[in-house]
Amino acid sequence: MVRYAKGAAALMAALLLSTAAVAQEKRILTFITDNNDPAPKAAWEQLVADFEAENADIDVEMNIMDREAYKTAIRNFLTADPPDVANWYPGNRMKPFVDAGLFLDISDVYASNNLTTELASTLPVVTQDGKQWMVPYTYYQWGIYFNRTVYEQVGATVPTTWEEFIANCEKFKAANIDCLTTGTSQLWPAAGIFDYLNLRTNGYEFHRQLTNGEVAWTDDRVRATFAEWAKVVPYTTANHAAIDWQDAVPLVVQGKAANYVMGNFAVAALKEGGMTDETLGFMPFPTINPDVPRAEEAPTDAVFIPAGAENVEDAKKFMAFVARADVQTKLNQNLGQLPVNAGATVGEDPFLQAGFELLSTTPGGIAQFFDRDAPAEMAKVGMEGFQEFMVKPENLDAILERLEAARQRIYQ
Amino acid sequence: MPSRTFNQRSLAPWLFLAPGLLMFIVYVIWPIGESLMLSLYDWDGLYNREGEFTGRFIGLDNFRELATDQAFLVSLYNNVIWLGMYMLAVPAGLLVAIFLNQNVRGIRLYKSLFFFPFVISQVVVGLIFSWFYAPNFGLLYLILEWFTGSGVAILAEERYVTYGIIVAGLWPQIAYVMILYLTGLNNVAPDQVEAARLDGAKGWRMLWYVILPQLRPATFIAVVVTVIGALRSFDLVSIMTAGGPFGSSRVLSYYMYEQALSEYGYRMGYGAAIAVVLFAIMMIFISGFIWKMWRDETER
Repeated sequence: MVRYAKGAAALMAALLLSTAAVAQEKRILTFITDNNDPAPKAAWEQLVADFEAENADIDVEMNIMDREAYKTAIRNFLTADPPDVANWYPGNRMKPFVDAGLFLDISDVYASNNLTTELASTLPVVTQDGKQWMVPYTYYQWGIYFNRTVYEQVGATVPTTWEEFIANCEKFKAANIDCLTTGTSQLWPAAGIFDYLNLRTNGYEFHRQLTNGEVAWTDDRVRATFAEWAKVVPYTTANHAAIDWQDAVPLVVQGKAANYVMGNFAVAALKEGGMTDETLGFMPFPTINPDVPRAEEAPTDAVFIPAGAENVEDAKKFMAFVARADVQTKLNQNLGQLPVNAGATVGEDPFLQAGFELLSTTPGGIAQFFDRDAPAEMAKVGMEGFQEFMVKPENLDAILERLEAARQRIYQ
Repeated sequence: MPSRTFNQRSLAPWLFLAPGLLMFIVYVIWPIGESLMLSLYDWDGLYNREGEFTGRFIGLDNFRELATDQAFLVSLYNNVIWLGMYMLAVPAGLLVAIFLNQNVRGIRLYKSLFFFPFVISQVVVGLIFSWFYAPNFGLLYLILEWFTGSGVAILAEERYVTYGIIVAGLWPQIAYVMILYLTGLNNVAPDQVEAARLDGAKGWRMLWYVILPQLRPATFIAVVVTVIGALRSFDLVSIMTAGGPFGSSRVLSYYMYEQALSEYGYRMGYGAAIAVVLFAIMMIFISGFIWKMWRDETER
């Protein structure tokens, strides 16, 4: 009920604003977003204020919705009552909407603002049918977050290769510490591990083909990825399938686990638990096959214009504004994440600095995340398979055959 | 005027029924029809800009796919386990009811304490049991660890997970059945018990031949609510495991939700097909119950 109350309050505010706007003959730009957590909300309110300051004749009505409710609501409001701007995820998450003709082609915004260069790193994921559909404004790196104290305790050095990583696991095991921890009850954390193992074993191009359904899951290269995974399964937190990703955080904080494959958002939780820049470390996922170019994982958030938008002209202005380097710098400082625009800069935070360095120098390519790169259905089946593999590695053949059957059905 | 009374007599029931019938048609009959129709389509839940339906008619393909879908078969199997195990609530509820059906000081308090699990929300029940089973700090986990040396994370173990959830479901269900039986026990005729006692009946024979036959209406209701409760089990699965680990605790209603409405779903047609199967299973039981009620009423 809270969100309805919030929505009602927002609506009231919007109505009040709009009457005021009419008095000054401002044009109205409606913007629906799901950034309802305090920090992102404040960051977006700031961005909207800046946009209005620059465009005195435009009045932005921002309606903030609950994040989970938004995932359902977007399917209705895009047809029933489309706003002028909304946010969503690029890649396969935007595909059904583009296919149904619910997104507006914004290739002209890209062309006239030089965005194909400035936003080059994510261009492939916002492009479909040769056109651009979304403007990405933030992403964050994935990698391995580790407890420096336990590394010192067992005398391990920070690894750069997978062999070193596994060798360290032996030391951690001797000290009764989980070498790798995660919580897979929500499934997706397992996909982060798979993505990195596959990117490091077979490279970005293969990973892209696999998530696009162009390669069989029973392919030997997929088996090679799982063979690498099997090496770390015995050293992974035993009850990971029963716990959530937040439940694995205390294990790292208390030194019961050494490494955690996660997105940068985990830093906040780890620091809340008492870790500092001194005790918390970040490393890129170690090299497995030195012959494949390094690729990284960075889920991206983006804004778009619905096909039914009324104020298209101002919406495109807003798109160009959100894409700008200085705007992204400021927005992401408030969000605590990384700007997509290559000309933007990041704040002081060492983890963000490391992530920006990591992503902007990536030679191989940037993956979104398994559940955004693969179609939703494949993602669900796949992530269940990953979880099962982590619990019962001996079921690998059955799992791969199941995934292959799903692939043949889903991508037909 | 005879014709006017005739009209009134035939019209009045329909007028009184109209609001209920309207609701029933709009909220029950219509959705059933819609689901049946949707189950023949491949549709991702989206309308295009003109508001046109974007589904594709595929005949019985959804049902053909169900027949070979492992996840569906697991859900179906789990539903059978649910049905079987949930039935334990009936004898267990009877036992508790008989135990509580006595006159001691503060019995009302004990009764309400036993009834308590039914009052709290299923979501809360699910959370309590999740913590009870939780690895590392859950009570059951610690007890098992103390006795056997290694704890079992029930909800992460595909062999135990469904049973773990059913036990959580039984807790409030037993309380519910208990209340049904307690009210039933209030209506047991004392003279018959007295007569049976004079004839030398006691213990099991008293229960089986004198008490239980008088509790038949309560038993009927208890079985009905338990069967329906088992088939529509959803909240606990959703709260405790979200169908995991790797889909081994799914039930039909949860799988339907997952396919049709969850983040990774939006296969409306396939979800509708699962709903149709669940509906068919429920119809077997519901028709049975209705037939029994019909027979009882006409016999009287």
